[in-house]
Amino acid sequence: MTRPISKTINVPVADGDGDRYTLRMGPQHPATHGVLRVDLELDGETILKCTPHVGYLHRGFEKLAEHRTYAQSLILTDRLDYIAAMSNNVGYCVAVEKLLGVSCPMRAKYIRTIVGEMSRLCSHLLWLATHALDIGAMTVFLYCFREREILLDLFEKLCGARLTFSYTRIGGVRQDVTADFMSELQRFVDIFPSKVSDYETLIDTNRIWLKRTVGIGVLSADEALSLGLTGACLRGSGVDYDIRKHRPYDAYDQVDFEVPIGADGDIYARYRCRMEEMLQSNKILQQCIDQLPPGPIFNDDAPDLVMPMQGERKIEADTTTYGSGLIKFIDEHGSHPVGDVYVSTEVPKGELGFYFISDGSGHPYRMHIRSPSFIHIGAIPYLAEGGFIADLIANIGTLDVVLGECDR
Amino acid sequence: MGKIKDVDLVEIDDGVKMIPGANAVLGPLNKIVNWGRAGSIWPMTFGLACCAIEMMDAGASTNDLDRFGIIFRASPRQADCMIVAGTLTKKMAPVLRRVYDQMPEPRYVLAMGSCACSGGVFDTYSVTQGVDTIVPVDVYIPGCPPRPEALIEGLLKLQKKIMGEEFRWSQWR
Repeated sequence: MTRPISKTINVPVADGDGDRYTLRMGPQHPATHGVLRVDLELDGETILKCTPHVGYLHRGFEKLAEHRTYAQSLILTDRLDYIAAMSNNVGYCVAVEKLLGVSCPMRAKYIRTIVGEMSRLCSHLLWLATHALDIGAMTVFLYCFREREILLDLFEKLCGARLTFSYTRIGGVRQDVTADFMSELQRFVDIFPSKVSDYETLIDTNRIWLKRTVGIGVLSADEALSLGLTGACLRGSGVDYDIRKHRPYDAYDQVDFEVPIGADGDIYARYRCRMEEMLQSNKILQQCIDQLPPGPIFNDDAPDLVMPMQGERKIEADTTTYGSGLIKFIDEHGSHPVGDVYVSTEVPKGELGFYFISDGSGHPYRMHIRSPSFIHIGAIPYLAEGGFIADLIANIGTLDVVLGECDR
Repeated sequence: MGKIKDVDLVEIDDGVKMIPGANAVLGPLNKIVNWGRAGSIWPMTFGLACCAIEMMDAGASTNDLDRFGIIFRASPRQADCMIVAGTLTKKMAPVLRRVYDQMPEPRYVLAMGSCACSGGVFDTYSVTQGVDTIVPVDVYIPGCPPRPEALIEGLLKLQKKIMGEEFRWSQWR
């Protein structure tokens, strides 16, 4: 695989006079988006060798999930990609529903699509804010957080939390949307395209932005595919791959949207892809608001998975264990299937997959998470080696990695 | 203190007096230095996980931390306090200790979020059960994650703590 070399700047070739040195960037560094450590071997400003180290945020999600029921593990998925927690909730629930053979009513599917796209906007806004801040544009950061706050307020109205939601349920969602929520969402959808054009005014033709992004971190379509990249990183290189389009889940087969494709495969192409994606998400939100069907928000065929106050669950006085003063919930749906399942969804970072092996006990025998960030970090050496150390920051930013999801 | 050359001193705070017309205040040195220190807490951003996003939010447009003189610094050498925002793993713990040791005295630590306070939901083999096992903590902020308002409350509590200290600043020399 060829190493991408900057098109616009002549990269000085290592002169081999022996003054190489090693620099350890991170794990405590403001531009590594968390606790990524990158070991660099430098000759002057040129990176000769780049080795990313992960694991500084390894919290043992997969092990924890083995001792919890499927419904209990939902709260762990919030903390995976904490920038777009709702997307993880949706991805987890879609996977478990497939494993257990539970269906989801149409209204809940639409609500999941709404919250999934809202969290995509949240994630892309935060990505733009921090990526621009790393490159040197402070104003974009403040603008993006302003709009992100509107979305967080909407989430709070929906489920009471700002960042870690645990809103979706296996077989539905936790609470129905209110008319107030829908009208505020409509107001946001109306103003958002003008805000996107505000950001574009700031940086789209900004000379510094162009110098730092055009022709830097180039990946061809073949390279991007062989590195396993997904999401905007892959689409920026010109590969048309979006799970929402190709293996639709939730209500994505009911809405009309385009998948933005870049051509050049550089940082600027990926930036343009994500900006277009934000507008497409806005379009999906508008369609979901218009088409939202009436009906139930959770399914009755998963009675032991939804919260007690939501389901049609039988409640009896418990006379056996604690005496008649307490009530207990009767689980009629006791059996879990044996087998394994892999389901992937399109989260803002790329393809998030959940792989379950079920032994029928009600706990997953093994839960594996295919997180896009972990695979994207593997692309850092291909982007950075041969380039300048300053471009490393832009390259980490453009891959849009979150270490909570990477280290799990 | 009553009068200096027939000038009436105006008491502006408990024990702190101002000379009207002149740009000067009289008061205990502790009080004046602590006022300056509490009004310019520069936190070291130790963003580890989810709470770091809420910490950024606290510093961004809606909840502007600059109002309180709180400006994030990326270097421990320039920082007064460290906001440990997120889960501290055992692999990260030596780094936290090193960064803490690099900060000049007097220094303070805020544990932001359940993970930093006590390990939170992550009672696993790889997570330290609270940053107070690694460094001394001054303010604990519960929540998963705490709202930006909660972080501001924690920083105001730290300001209050600094205001009550006596000659803590002299150790700096």
